[in-house]
Amino acid sequence: MTLRIVKPAAVLAILAAALAGAVVVATAMGTVPLPYGETARIVFSRLLGVPADVSPAAEAIVWNVRLPRVVAAGLVGLALGVGGAAMQALFKNPLASPDLIGVSTGGALGAVAAIFLGWTLISPWLMPLTAFAGALAVAALVYALSTRAGRTDVATLLLAGVACSSLGGAVISLLYHFVDDGVLRQIVYWLMGNLGGKRWEHVAAMAPFVGAGAVGLCLLAAELNALMGGEDDAKALGVPVERTKRLVLALVSLATGAAVSVAGIIGFVGLMVPHILRLIIGPDHRWLLPASGLAGAAFLIVADLIARTAFSPVELRTGIVTALFGAPFFLYLLLKRRELVRWN
Amino acid sequence: MLEVADVSYRIRGRDILRGVTVCVPRGRFVGIVGPNGAGKTTLLRIMAGVARPSSGHVRVAGRPLQELKDRERARLIGYMSQNPSIGFGFSVEDVVAMGRYAHRRPWAPLSPADREAVERAMAATDVAHLRGRLVTDLSGGERQRVFLARTLAQEPQVLLLDEPTSDLDVRFQLEILTLIRRLQAERGLTVVMAIHDLTWAARFCDDILALDGGQVVAFGPAESTLTEDLIARVFGVASRVVREAGMPVRVDFIGSAAPRAGA
Repeated sequence: MTLRIVKPAAVLAILAAALAGAVVVATAMGTVPLPYGETARIVFSRLLGVPADVSPAAEAIVWNVRLPRVVAAGLVGLALGVGGAAMQALFKNPLASPDLIGVSTGGALGAVAAIFLGWTLISPWLMPLTAFAGALAVAALVYALSTRAGRTDVATLLLAGVACSSLGGAVISLLYHFVDDGVLRQIVYWLMGNLGGKRWEHVAAMAPFVGAGAVGLCLLAAELNALMGGEDDAKALGVPVERTKRLVLALVSLATGAAVSVAGIIGFVGLMVPHILRLIIGPDHRWLLPASGLAGAAFLIVADLIARTAFSPVELRTGIVTALFGAPFFLYLLLKRRELVRWN
Repeated sequence: MLEVADVSYRIRGRDILRGVTVCVPRGRFVGIVGPNGAGKTTLLRIMAGVARPSSGHVRVAGRPLQELKDRERARLIGYMSQNPSIGFGFSVEDVVAMGRYAHRRPWAPLSPADREAVERAMAATDVAHLRGRLVTDLSGGERQRVFLARTLAQEPQVLLLDEPTSDLDVRFQLEILTLIRRLQAERGLTVVMAIHDLTWAARFCDDILALDGGQVVAFGPAESTLTEDLIARVFGVASRVVREAGMPVRVDFIGSAAPRAGA
């Protein structure tokens, strides 16, 4: 099943290079195209604190407008890639991505609640935290409903996810009736998966949560590997199974919630990216989790680039682009690769 | 080495085990026999610390099982479930190395001691030549040996095996049981194994534990425990236990069924 034509470390190096390339290309392209060399110089001079001979106008576009959006896209993609891979391991099912099972909607509900209650004015950290709470509530509920004795029933999993998504969506729609039109427009536009207008403060509000979630999940790689053989066997190997499951749900919710609080619901990244990476790099989570993170980041940066340049000057929502790639892929998984949809 | 005291297990209103008391001394090889649904797997899962008894206690090496941390327990007890599998293609070496989980600090790379244990386990079960292959691509017998290697890589003092020969052809059955017996003798392991085949139980086990309806029917040395009478009582089948120098070596089943105890 696995291609295994390249060493995992080489795949990680290639993905890291692809991510760096995506950052530079996405930052250079736009309504005012900039040369790649100058863009790269601006980015690295600012990052390293070295002065460079670049035009102030170009520097303003790169540093103040484009780069924050690109970095935000990268962090959201990282969160969804790692979160998706970890969820798939926990549920032992490749359809268990945060958006399909309603975890993203839970996060969105938490974030909308923060807007509705006016908490966003108190502190920029509150929205990622309420999003985390909403995501965690749905993740725990769906897990409890669909998993008995360590076995996940796929039908229950997807149905519970659909039900939780609908319920969360309904509550969000209900809240629409109680906000004024300006706020409503803002919520609707944000919720549907959108990276436009992201600034450094968005990056700063999201980065600690995404970082903690992603690093934490990567540290649980050995436990997730053992869990792939079933809970009994993992426990017999010495894995603290219950604690590991709770930690994974919490860390995925932390990263996904933060991503949703900034970018709304961006579908299919968490489904598609880990699945493709698993075919290339194999199922070992020590490699799969970081690889899914890097690939998710690069993919979402490119998807966002397509969203804002394909029909310029009209900007698409980023979620449209990921859905255009992801939804057919999801159908393909359901129809053609049944044996992969039913692990164990 | 392994003490099970008055253990009961109840799930969804059904009694799976009722007041099971068994004491396995260090270095013994115990075979659990009994009809389907007798509670063999549940008893092994409770001995392994994978399932918690509804009441009663299990002690291993003198310590209550429930007080041990998962890692501590896994360094003492190795448990191989029935038909172990792993979802997606891990390599043989990766799977065997998972057996070292309890010996490593979280996230530490394999130490030389870990590597040696993995190599020893793969050599003992003759899977070293398969190390780079994916477990999902192996035959049933090869896969069974890989998971046995994973359990051995834990370097446990107690080995709990649930039907380690199920799904294997007769040659692999003989090979794997001979292997377990040899490792048990060499390393002084305490082994408890659920086994369907009574001839194998007679050939390989020191002691026989007969379970029926979640209760212990008999427990003792194979030569005095594995009798025609016991087989008639537990399985409801007439049989002849063939002995050599007093030791049972084979169980022949005779066509007609003997009346089952309590029936």
